Amino acid sequence: MAMTEAQGSVLLKVEDLHLSFGGVKVLNGINLCVQRGDIFSIIGPNGAGKTSLLNCINMHYRPEHGGITYAGKDLNGLKPHAIAALGIARTFQKVELFQGMTVLDNIKLGRHFLMKFSLLGSFLRLPNIVSDEMEHRKEIEQEIIDFMGLSSFRYSPVGILPLGVRKRVDMARALAMGPRLLLLDEIMSGMAVEEKEDIASYILDVHRDLGVTIVWIEHDLAPVMDLSNRVCVLNFGTKIAEGAPQQVQKDPQVIEAYLGRQKASV
Amino acid sequence: MRSLSEIYNDYFSSTAVFSYREDERIFRTRCMRAWFAIFLILVAIIFLGSTVGIGANEYHYFITNLILINLISAIGLQILIGFTGLLSLGHAAFMGVGAYTSALLVTKWGCPFLLSILAAGLVAALLGIIVGIPSLRIKGFYLMVATIAFQFVIDYVIIHWEGVTRGIRGIELPTPYVLGISLEKNRAYFLLLFLLTAFLMWGAKNIVRSKIGRAFIAVRDNDVSAEIIGIPIFPYKLLSFSISAFYAGIAGALFAGLLRTAIPEDYTFLHSIIFLAMVLVGGLGRLVGTVFGVIFITLVPVLLDLIVSYIANVYDPNFTILLGPLKELVFGGLIILFIILEPEGLVGLWIRIRDYFKIWPLPYVSG
Ligand SMILES: Nc1ncnc2c1ncn2[C@@H]1O[C@H](COP(=O)(O)OP(=O)(O)OP(=O)(O)O)[C@@H](O)[C@H]1O
Ligand SMILES: [Mg+2]
Repeated sequence: MAMTEAQGSVLLKVEDLHLSFGGVKVLNGINLCVQRGDIFSIIGPNGAGKTSLLNCINMHYRPEHGGITYAGKDLNGLKPHAIAALGIARTFQKVELFQGMTVLDNIKLGRHFLMKFSLLGSFLRLPNIVSDEMEHRKEIEQEIIDFMGLSSFRYSPVGILPLGVRKRVDMARALAMGPRLLLLDEIMSGMAVEEKEDIASYILDVHRDLGVTIVWIEHDLAPVMDLSNRVCVLNFGTKIAEGAPQQVQKDPQVIEAYLGRQKASV
Repeated sequence: MRSLSEIYNDYFSSTAVFSYREDERIFRTRCMRAWFAIFLILVAIIFLGSTVGIGANEYHYFITNLILINLISAIGLQILIGFTGLLSLGHAAFMGVGAYTSALLVTKWGCPFLLSILAAGLVAALLGIIVGIPSLRIKGFYLMVATIAFQFVIDYVIIHWEGVTRGIRGIELPTPYVLGISLEKNRAYFLLLFLLTAFLMWGAKNIVRSKIGRAFIAVRDNDVSAEIIGIPIFPYKLLSFSISAFYAGIAGALFAGLLRTAIPEDYTFLHSIIFLAMVLVGGLGRLVGTVFGVIFITLVPVLLDLIVSYIANVYDPNFTILLGPLKELVFGGLIILFIILEPEGLVGLWIRIRDYFKIWPLPYVSG
């Protein structure tokens, strides 16, 4: 995979994206350009439109104007599941796992579109369907469950697990999709410091070893500034800054947005 | 020396995994497999006993056959409601479609009984896809209302399309034969039913533990994230509807075969409710639960009948008239006990299912 992905070429491009709900502008002309191999972070105050932006990339929200291209392909009009099949995986701010299922089954669902489909094959448990499933199980076990430290939770229903573990399951499910682009929505929120450190190392491993490009929303600025090579700041649906972490940190508009928010909350 | 109980434990309850294939078996421990073997042996003993006139009689087999037919149908409904989270109150209509498909094929075209059962399942499955189409736009309570509408349309068609269905007179069926063997006796019919039920139950279990079943549960638990991680929701809803209808269609054909007649009053809205009760009483999202639900709902009225006629015999024949209505009351009460006093009727019932799975359409993914 790393061979074909020339570093530095554009993987995801968002152009003049507009989205509103009942007259309220949520995204107002966003432009982004994510290069292959980036750890591209999106930060900004609550309600800035970060999650909505990801929802547009997944085409879960239909933007009213503007274009999103991924690997040169226009995503407009595609169904969310078709976008997943293109190699865009996602974790969710409020962990959206399948509560009734075990950790293993949740992760298997990430591989859903990669597995063979046959109604008769499933019904009769025909050998080719079973061996296909076992192949995937093996990959999940060896490459994801161990890697994410989930071995001891394999058979636990996700509903009973603590938040930190569920976040990891969410990420494991996304990795099972074999993505080229991974969208992380506040994967660290609600985590203890050690857990955050674990996640940070997973992110780095996924980025380095699997060559996955990462778009990462996070409120905790310290890890963001440490890990990412580009940071983009949203405020009220508009991009107010973009650049290398050190650059963005010094930007007066960014300081204003964050300080202004602090003043308001005092 | 290892103690006997250690050896026993190792042998029967070891869940040590040697391969992923072994890990994904239906009966994962030797203990479970042993119980299953004992169950099969018991069935074989009872069956052989009755062939020489010991034990179960034709009436017992009739009741057992009812249970098995209801079970086949209820498995279908369980896949739809319990696994996919789609509520249907038109399940009996699919059974009706199956019953009439089989009856027409057998009586008009001399189709072999077994083949007509398969055809009944397929015709019902096709209709199931059509009934599932509204699920593209509506869900929950509204979808349920659409299935009720379907139930009444089928009722109407069966009663009024006299040229084909013979209306309320119904269609009479000849004694069914399978591979040249007469199924006139309930005992013979039982053998067919037992094999078919086992096969269909195994098939259902295979479906729910395959990628298809996982997709169903994903649709049930969180349809928004399911779509985003690559599961096309709508096709899987249609698939669930058609699998569910397939089971109902087969059950309908088998029911007509058991009674040797297909009549409209066997496949009404009330029957749909009873199937829903079976699934709910048995517990949602568990195939084995369905077995208990079906046995309970099928047997309780039979047992109550027995009790009433016993009391009437011993004390006073007039008791039957007195106790008749009481019987229904007890039955209803028991069901209510299971469904734990749902004050808001069907809406409340739906909410209960919804809360159980926490799948209510999220306003948006997160934030
Ligand atoms: N489906 C929706 N319907 C109506 N309003 C919505 C919807 N989704 C998002 N919004 C609104 O859009 C705005 C941006 O929300 P979004 O979730 O994208 O913010 P965010 O940057 O992710 O914030 P946070 O940091 O709190 O997660 C908010 O005002 C939110 O109320
Ligand atoms: Mg958000």
